[in-house]
Amino acid sequence: MQNLVTVIKNLTKKRLFWPIIALLAVLIFDSIFIDGFLTIELKNGNLYGRIIDIINRSSSLIIITIGMTLVIATGGIDISVGSVVAISGAITVQLLGSGIAPNTPFFLCIIASLAAAALLGCWNGFLVSRIGVQAVVATLILNVAGRGIAQLVTNGQIPTTQYKPFSYLAGFLPHLPIPFSIFIVAVVLTAIVLFVKKTAFGLFVESVGVNSKASRFAGLKAQRIVFATYAICGLCAGIAGLMISSMIKAADSNNAGLLIEMDAILAVAIGGNPMSGGKFSIAASVIGALIIQSLTTTLYAMGVSPEVLPVVKAVVVVIICLFQSEGTHKMILKVLSTHRRLKYEKTV
Amino acid sequence: MKKLFNSKFLSLYITIFLFFVLFSIGSVLYTGFFSLQTFLNLFIDNAFLIISASGMTMVLLIGGIDISVGSVIALTCMLSAYLLELKGFNPVLVMVLMILMGAGFGLIQGCLIHFFKIQPFIVTLAGLFFARGMTAVISTDTINIKNKLYTDISNYRIYLYDKSFISIGVVIALIVISITIYIAHYTRFGRSVYAIGGNEQSARLMGLPVGRTKVLVYTYSGVCYAIAGIVFSFYMLSGYTLHQQGGEMDAIASAVIGGTSLTGGVGYVFGTLFGVLIQGVIQTLIMFQGTLSSWWTRIAVALLLCMFIMIQRLLTIRKDTGRKAKFNTGKKAKQLKVKA
Repeated sequence: MQNLVTVIKNLTKKRLFWPIIALLAVLIFDSIFIDGFLTIELKNGNLYGRIIDIINRSSSLIIITIGMTLVIATGGIDISVGSVVAISGAITVQLLGSGIAPNTPFFLCIIASLAAAALLGCWNGFLVSRIGVQAVVATLILNVAGRGIAQLVTNGQIPTTQYKPFSYLAGFLPHLPIPFSIFIVAVVLTAIVLFVKKTAFGLFVESVGVNSKASRFAGLKAQRIVFATYAICGLCAGIAGLMISSMIKAADSNNAGLLIEMDAILAVAIGGNPMSGGKFSIAASVIGALIIQSLTTTLYAMGVSPEVLPVVKAVVVVIICLFQSEGTHKMILKVLSTHRRLKYEKTV
Repeated sequence: MKKLFNSKFLSLYITIFLFFVLFSIGSVLYTGFFSLQTFLNLFIDNAFLIISASGMTMVLLIGGIDISVGSVIALTCMLSAYLLELKGFNPVLVMVLMILMGAGFGLIQGCLIHFFKIQPFIVTLAGLFFARGMTAVISTDTINIKNKLYTDISNYRIYLYDKSFISIGVVIALIVISITIYIAHYTRFGRSVYAIGGNEQSARLMGLPVGRTKVLVYTYSGVCYAIAGIVFSFYMLSGYTLHQQGGEMDAIASAVIGGTSLTGGVGYVFGTLFGVLIQGVIQTLIMFQGTLSSWWTRIAVALLLCMFIMIQRLLTIRKDTGRKAKFNTGKKAKQLKVKA
């Protein structure tokens, strides 16, 4: 019995415990209240079902969230990811052309759009780390101007493409029942987790996030580390942009990745990563992204109008931040201590 | 005289100079550009921006940031359109309600930022999505305002000289920016704002009311955004979900181009007016040019914002190294003295 209690105590202390419980709670709620939530069927050799749908749709969000986690861990924020998504989609589709045969070889299109996305990330990183602009303003510039750039790339149109392999990115490969996006997520996730955990990079990011000045005095090149996180975040947004535009086989400069920055930030917050920077867990953020996508699917399935979602998400972010914030902790402690004192005085 | 050539003013001078350069370029290139009305149109088209940017300047001066501007303006337009057209409210009551809503919005944001120590960018980002979301919740379609008072105000022209006119929005904008200049530069409250923006810790140690000032600044800026929203609804006569998408950058850019530092404590509210006018000139130039897409305005403003941020950065670096050099020579002199 004693053992069980300590096991549970240790479990609740684990970082991933609460995010996983939240995800399970949402999924259990869904499987009870939504008909056929757990059913997965095989249609035309592909797997279909709500669960598959959630995983497939959350794939782009997960990739952006990975980059966002690193940026937030350094104490910054990147609100330009939505625009980078639009730009990378626009470049790919514009280069592919509208025909069945591509105008430019497919891999060149991918390389071009990812390079552009990484470059935009570097621009953000340059502004934040070298020029010392507040992260939110630096990325706001690209957030607003980026959609304009995407419009210029597409000449204000919404180009579509018939090129078949492009639709595989967010869809199904022939003869493979699992959505291809899962593989992309797996590759990106493994690459970045290996980079963060097997090199000292993760430790550096955390130390810069906790105290940038102190880490510089300790001999870390804080500027370079911050710069690298923004570059990675841009690259991640670029990959997500490919997947999002592949989903509709077109590049919609105005709506591709619209408001996705809020989802990514929310995912990081739900995962329990402190918004002020410091310790971070990519796994927790990924679970956070899954929670958001399943919540979104749930709300849609229950007939809540999509307009309400941003309002709900904004309120949830503020509530999570309230729980994390020192101010609240102090306030609760104050209330508790006065309560205890009053009790003590009564007994005396 | 010496005071006027202070390097603090440099970025403001560049702005004023750039404004005249851009206006002259337009006058040379396009016929009909050089007229009083073109100049006054800059005010008419950007009256709302002058108001929201003055609120933003106060927030930047105290060392904060607020990116909920555009959404609050959109929410104000939509809510007033909804209350006027579908609920039949009295227009004056609607305006009062909107200002109260803006004040409440700012107050809540300020409290979350100060008392709960959540970073301003997260609070106001949440505010951005909340307000934009509420706009869509009220209606996803455009609601046109047909109210008599609103259309009358919208169509009213105040003739200044010959046939050149301004709108009532411009008058409101000039009043708001004058009040902001008065608050920022001529009151005790304004001085505390500068002190807190310069260094919050020392302001607190000096015994300044940091919390109250901060919350009040966010409340004041909320009121500014609501007034900007009302003026914008005079201008557009409609409520729409995508009104002022990205408007937060315009407001921040106006303040920064006008010489307000993003790190707080440095800047002049008067400069913000020129920040707005420069954006207006760029917009007008692109309009006169005719073939460029309107997206170029946003891109040009973004580039201009980057440029001014870099200028400010260079100025502060020069100041820092100057100080360091002085400090070092002082130290050396002392060392020499000790040796002697």
